[in-house]
Amino acid sequence: MPAEIEYTTLSGISGPLIFVEGVKGVGYGDIVEIRSGSSELRIGQTIEVDEYRAVVQVFEGTSGLSVKGQRVTFTGRPLEIPVDRDMLGRVFDGLGRPIDGAPQVISEGTMNVNGLPINPWSREYPRDFIQTGISAIDGMNTLIRGQKLPIFSGSGMPHNLIAAQIARQARILTAQEEFTVIFAAMGVKYDVARFFIDSLEESGVLTHSAIFLSLADAPSIERLITPRVALTLAEHLAFEEGMHVLVILTDMTNYCEALRELSSSRGEIPSRKGYPGYLYSDLASIYERAGRLKGHKGSITQMPILTMPSDDISHPVPDLTGYITEGQIVLERELFNKGIYPPIAGLPSLSRLMKDGIGEGRTRRDHAPVAAQLFASYAKVKRIRALASIVGEEELSELDRIYLDFGSAFEEQFLRQGHEENRSIEQTLEIGWRMLSVLPKDELYRIAREDIQRYYIPQGRGA
Amino acid sequence: MDGMMTGKVIAVNGPIVRAVGMNGIKMFDIAEVGIDRLIGEIIRLVGDVAVIQVYEDNTGLKPGDEVLSYGRPLSVLLGPGLIANIYDGIQRPLVGISEACGSYIRKGIKLSPLDRGKKWEFRPLVKEGSDVGQGAILGEIPESMLVMHRVLLPPHISGRLTRIAPPGGYTIEDEIYTLETASGTYRGKLAGYWPVRSARPCRVKKKPFIPLVTGQRVIDTFFPIARGGTAAIPGGFGTGKTMTQHALAKWCNADIIVYIGCGERGNEMTDVLTDFPKLVDERNGRPLIERTVMIANTSNMPVPAREVSIYTGVTIAEYYRDMGYSVAVMADSTSRWAEALRELSSRLGDMPAEEGFPPYLATRLAEFYERAGFVETLSGKDGDITIIGAVSPPGGDFSEPVTQHTSRFVRCFWALDKVLADARHYPAISWIDSYTEYLHDIEDWWKILDSQWLPVRNEVMGILLEDHRLQQVVKLVGSDALPPSQQFVLFVAETIRNAFLQQNSFDPIDKFCSPEKQLKLLKTILDLYRKGAVLLQAGFSVKDISALDVVSEMVRLKSEIPNQEARRIDEYGIRLGQRLDSLKEAKG
Repeated sequence: MPAEIEYTTLSGISGPLIFVEGVKGVGYGDIVEIRSGSSELRIGQTIEVDEYRAVVQVFEGTSGLSVKGQRVTFTGRPLEIPVDRDMLGRVFDGLGRPIDGAPQVISEGTMNVNGLPINPWSREYPRDFIQTGISAIDGMNTLIRGQKLPIFSGSGMPHNLIAAQIARQARILTAQEEFTVIFAAMGVKYDVARFFIDSLEESGVLTHSAIFLSLADAPSIERLITPRVALTLAEHLAFEEGMHVLVILTDMTNYCEALRELSSSRGEIPSRKGYPGYLYSDLASIYERAGRLKGHKGSITQMPILTMPSDDISHPVPDLTGYITEGQIVLERELFNKGIYPPIAGLPSLSRLMKDGIGEGRTRRDHAPVAAQLFASYAKVKRIRALASIVGEEELSELDRIYLDFGSAFEEQFLRQGHEENRSIEQTLEIGWRMLSVLPKDELYRIAREDIQRYYIPQGRGA
Repeated sequence: MDGMMTGKVIAVNGPIVRAVGMNGIKMFDIAEVGIDRLIGEIIRLVGDVAVIQVYEDNTGLKPGDEVLSYGRPLSVLLGPGLIANIYDGIQRPLVGISEACGSYIRKGIKLSPLDRGKKWEFRPLVKEGSDVGQGAILGEIPESMLVMHRVLLPPHISGRLTRIAPPGGYTIEDEIYTLETASGTYRGKLAGYWPVRSARPCRVKKKPFIPLVTGQRVIDTFFPIARGGTAAIPGGFGTGKTMTQHALAKWCNADIIVYIGCGERGNEMTDVLTDFPKLVDERNGRPLIERTVMIANTSNMPVPAREVSIYTGVTIAEYYRDMGYSVAVMADSTSRWAEALRELSSRLGDMPAEEGFPPYLATRLAEFYERAGFVETLSGKDGDITIIGAVSPPGGDFSEPVTQHTSRFVRCFWALDKVLADARHYPAISWIDSYTEYLHDIEDWWKILDSQWLPVRNEVMGILLEDHRLQQVVKLVGSDALPPSQQFVLFVAETIRNAFLQQNSFDPIDKFCSPEKQLKLLKTILDLYRKGAVLLQAGFSVKDISALDVVSEMVRLKSEIPNQEARRIDEYGIRLGQRLDSLKEAKG
């Protein structure tokens, strides 16, 4: 490695990118230090190099930079951050530098923020049920330790309240372990971040949480690093220190917009809605950092939050996220407008890891069939409602009307619950059976006869 | 060293590297790049500049770094030991990598795909002195309890066998046989290389006529695929593409499964890895892993290796086909492969066609699916490869380029339906949007079970189509406004959905449904339809029929009667008939 040379040969600035000419021996992905004037230091990374020129993305943005008078140093190292248990209870900026006034973190080692891909062979399949105390999740879209389960929301909906409630209430039935929470904010407003910090503080978990903030007023390019910094610490805590980490990433839509901005300033060929063709792979490099590893005690559970522009689930950000994550919790405008909290949509929500984390010995034998039956029956309610809106309720058959009763009972009693209400899985299943008992027995075709015999409430109808 | 070329890097843009100084290098040759000697492939030559796509993370690579090449194309090592193994996209063994460097994949690691020290029990099948042609079976090795590995003479080599090893234990490094060929002496081993981008030759491609029995009712009965055929499973996220692929890999009656996890979730591969050693093949009582080869290039692993992973998989499939086996390839998902193609082509500055995909997308897809087929192998045996590719259309919109092009090259299309998946009706294969072109090719096979198979299947399909048409009306006026005969169609169609189409792949009985049981269930439903229609004529209402206990019992047959006891469905059918008849008599 040649001694660090300072270059002053900027040939251009475009968006977050600077172009440095006449460079030698610069590696792809190296970290770059840019000094302008006497003091100010910015950090960047090379994203393209050839024999004469390097293209550098500047994390702090390029505002205030000029082609003259900048001194650029190529460090020959990838972006690394210190990681240590002492980072819990602290607040950092989007690049992992402390902003809470307390001193720099002293750590034994540093880790590359990009991490390394986990060998699929080395993964342990996640199957520990996490009780969140929210019926719509525990009963029908169960969260599993080591899962990546995003919340798809829309503007104005209570995704933050739900995420905070999960962070407070989540626990494993079989053990008394608590979660460590890592919270990364990308491009959100200060009050959103404040809400999370306060909520963590009230429940007493702030002292073992780490907070990374790249707020709306920070340069957008910084957001590309923030989730990676948070996950790098999470990996250290989970797989070196054996902790169970819940990582909340909000808002992934802002992250994707920052990526689009960078891609566009590089002049890349866009794919859907101007997002780069590699958005899927880039998101995967974040989301796939959740999971469990064979021979390691800890786990990383990810809960990314994203807002769907105009509630459109087919928008590239929720769409590609849904293809990578292990399910999704979708918030529904219609339920929200009815005043139901949490407005978790019955049908499009899904937990892919649910099947192996529930059932006999984990939750209860009838859990999976009850969930399947609730989904199937609620789907029928939606069909009947669509019909009723045309022909009127009076024209419906008797059975259809019973279904409508089931539908409103399901929304008002099963879905709806308080912000502080923490239901056990038994309570959730019990409410589920109460709802199903509104329907005649013959309609419960997804449930085995012996379970119907045991749990069905014969007087349920019309109750 | 012999034929070695060296050059130097001049530019790095993501996984695309440009290098100069390698005279005589050919397209698709392998190159080793930089001090870590990262594996890459030459994908373009412009004057003196070679464009290399690097299959590993190349952070830190600099202009001036060295590039080496031996002038060999990207190849896979074929030999005993592939079964039950799991590889990345360029056939590096993931188990070996985890032993060498822990839970994460570090770059620059090079390991042999096959165990070079393991001794295999070889038994020769050809005598010394005989003339052998290309692809001939020289001997066999029990590779797993389920797979007898046949040692093949490589394609394009033939001559007189002057020496073959006696029965005994040999490694893949040992010389097993010697051949006098027209161009000199050839010494063969148990394993050899084959370039992934070239299809292995066969004598002739034949018309497929045997169905691939999957045990999934909606597939086997309504949209069957023949062995040697091609199918696509398109569906938005959450519609169950991977679950369908898993169910097929578990229960279809192929001899060998090649499962390619291409740009998908890590935990899904882990699911296969934890499930398959435990799940037992009903036909022989052995764990499913003993017939499975896995390729895992998950979404967070390097993108160029994702592009090559499907070729690695299909080349391994061809190798087992050439032994005379029936191989099923599951590619999950071809859309991620197409996206890898798009990403690389964009970095090369290619002019894009639709949605940023390169213009050669359609050609590449066609080439891939063309490697399926029912063939006569070089040694004269029958062998086949069935390719089943998942497609992940953005936003679940089937009009996007990958779904559209794929549908041109496959003959079986299992469209997944969001509405069905939302109601947790799995497999969520739509009976309206799906199609198959193999129905008539395989009709003769089903006729051995029952000469009426196709008419019965078509009549039930007719009920479903009629139901679909009526549902449009029902949406506007409600079902009560329809005449009883049409209400009855709605009722029977719902019975078909719940008692036949919907199938629980986690239920111990329902997960696999034998063709016999499928046919019996189908005929029972048709009986209900026909007898019920007569009752309606006699003035009964739909409710009179649907209220019978024996009718509501029908949805439970699939999960309460095991395959071996399928005749109990006949007994049920008799009871059903009696109850319907007695209804009529009671009214008299």
